[in-house]
Amino acid sequence: MSQRTRFALKTAVWEACLLPLALLVYRFQTDALGANPIEYVTRTLGDWTLRILLASLSMTPLRLLFGISWPMSLRRLLGLFAFFYVCLHFSVWIVVDHFFDWEQLIADVFKRPYITVGVLALTLLVPLAATSTTRMVKWLGGATWRRLHKLVYVAAVLGVLHYVWLAKKGVVDPFIYAGVLGVLLGIRLWDWARRLATRRWHHAETESVIRRLLADGG
Amino acid sequence: MLIRHAPDIKSSEITGFRLYLNRRSFLMGAAALALAPSRPAAAAPPTGQSLKATRHEAFAVPDPPTKFESVTTYNNFYEFGVNKDDPARLAHLLKPRPWTVQVDGHVARPKTYDIDELIRLFPLEERVYRLRCVEGWSMVIPWIGFPLASLIKRVEPTGKAGFVEFTTLLDPEQFPGQRKGLFGFSLDWPYVEGLRLDEALHPLTLLTVGMYGQVLPNQDGAPVRAVVPWKYGFKSAKSIVRIRVVSEQPKTAWEKAAPHEYGFYSNVNPTVDHPRWSQATERRIGEFRRRKTLMFNGYADQVASLYAGMDLRKYF
Ligand code: HEM
Repeated sequence: MSQRTRFALKTAVWEACLLPLALLVYRFQTDALGANPIEYVTRTLGDWTLRILLASLSMTPLRLLFGISWPMSLRRLLGLFAFFYVCLHFSVWIVVDHFFDWEQLIADVFKRPYITVGVLALTLLVPLAATSTTRMVKWLGGATWRRLHKLVYVAAVLGVLHYVWLAKKGVVDPFIYAGVLGVLLGIRLWDWARRLATRRWHHAETESVIRRLLADGG
Repeated sequence: MLIRHAPDIKSSEITGFRLYLNRRSFLMGAAALALAPSRPAAAAPPTGQSLKATRHEAFAVPDPPTKFESVTTYNNFYEFGVNKDDPARLAHLLKPRPWTVQVDGHVARPKTYDIDELIRLFPLEERVYRLRCVEGWSMVIPWIGFPLASLIKRVEPTGKAGFVEFTTLLDPEQFPGQRKGLFGFSLDWPYVEGLRLDEALHPLTLLTVGMYGQVLPNQDGAPVRAVVPWKYGFKSAKSIVRIRVVSEQPKTAWEKAAPHEYGFYSNVNPTVDHPRWSQATERRIGEFRRRKTLMFNGYADQVASLYAGMDLRKYF
């Protein structure tokens, strides 16, 4: 992919990821956030956290299924935007929703399972965001970095669980997100199993060749 | 029964709303006509029609009423859908006329009332009540109606009467939320709610046919709903077709759906949390900071005696 296409692609991702926020600001300014603006903002930010997080997890499946690898270069950007949105989501909860009522906030973290897993998911995303620079990848070494960044799967599962637990009966969206996440992780699992099988097969093949050679020599 | 006199509320506040409303409902009516030319004129719902009532100061809380627009666009009414904007969006599907309310069960004089007969049966009062939703938000609404007690007494409950059960209209044509979805359904329809007989006879319990000086909008439970201001909002059944006096505690829709989350009593109580969130505070729609939730939604003086000696943690 040419330098220019890559630049255009990244710009498009920036724009797409900033659009929901711009829309919120616009609605705020035009007094169009509805009867319960704080709830609307919290929910919109939560929705986009999850959507962008799942988008970042869709890049690898695209490569595995269709052999297109350019989306891989967008993973970091998408991951960081998901982190950006969850930070806003979290800040609104603390500052706007509960206005620094620390006693209530801390009680909620321990008493409300949906808050507990939300905070856990956010916490897991912190080291990933912190080690997202090329310098950090080099410093950690590719293998360690990759192992560390597997935490994103846990964060995504907790993020979906957060939504499943907070949604009232009859709301289906959380289950749709759960389904999407299941597919995205399933594709990886399938690929992993396939590679394992191929490796076994290669292993067996090599072994039989060696055995034959040894037999010939004997 | 002690009814505390609430400090006088500036009537200018409400009058202001009226004007605003009348203009707005006219516009909405015009828009509805423009958008639904196929609807026969005779079947047009009376939404937006003004409704006369005598203001009852003893039953008016001092808090300023919530914006009408919020009360008609931010609704929990699962019959239309699970989202707060579904009711306003789909309200036009409900036909509040013709409508009857069957009043029966353990009563000496069961009767099926035509809604217009019911509205004329007793003098209409305007009462400004707080409404606290189980989800942690609240409103202040000037309702129009009459005490449910008047109707119950009229049909003469027998000695077997212990509870009152409300049933909401069951009709998936008018209530799309009642259609079976791809992922199953949300509640076991029809919506059933209930009160203990003494709760139903309490002077605060209102059978409601209007608000903000006009006929009840469809999304707020037209043509007739209950309003029980010291309980979480879902206890106040909407679009009622049947009021049955029974001897056993009714099995309510939300109790059936999630018994550990929504109890039969569901009195507003800041000290008993919902399993998933705290009930200590609430967000009054239109306000920025949360406010402390009051015991029995601020109606403790009037209703606490109904629950004397009861463990409100157990009977939540
Ligand atoms: C990766 C982490 C997270 C993800 C993916 C996430 C996602 C979501 C989603 C999808 C919603 C529902 C939006 C809707 O109803 O349309 C939501 C709501 C919410 N989240 Fe999060 N969230 C995360 C972390 C957090 C954290 C750390 C907190 C605060 C401690 C939090 C607090 C809330 C609250 C208070 C709501 C609103 C609940 C309601 O209105 O009933 N979330 N979140």
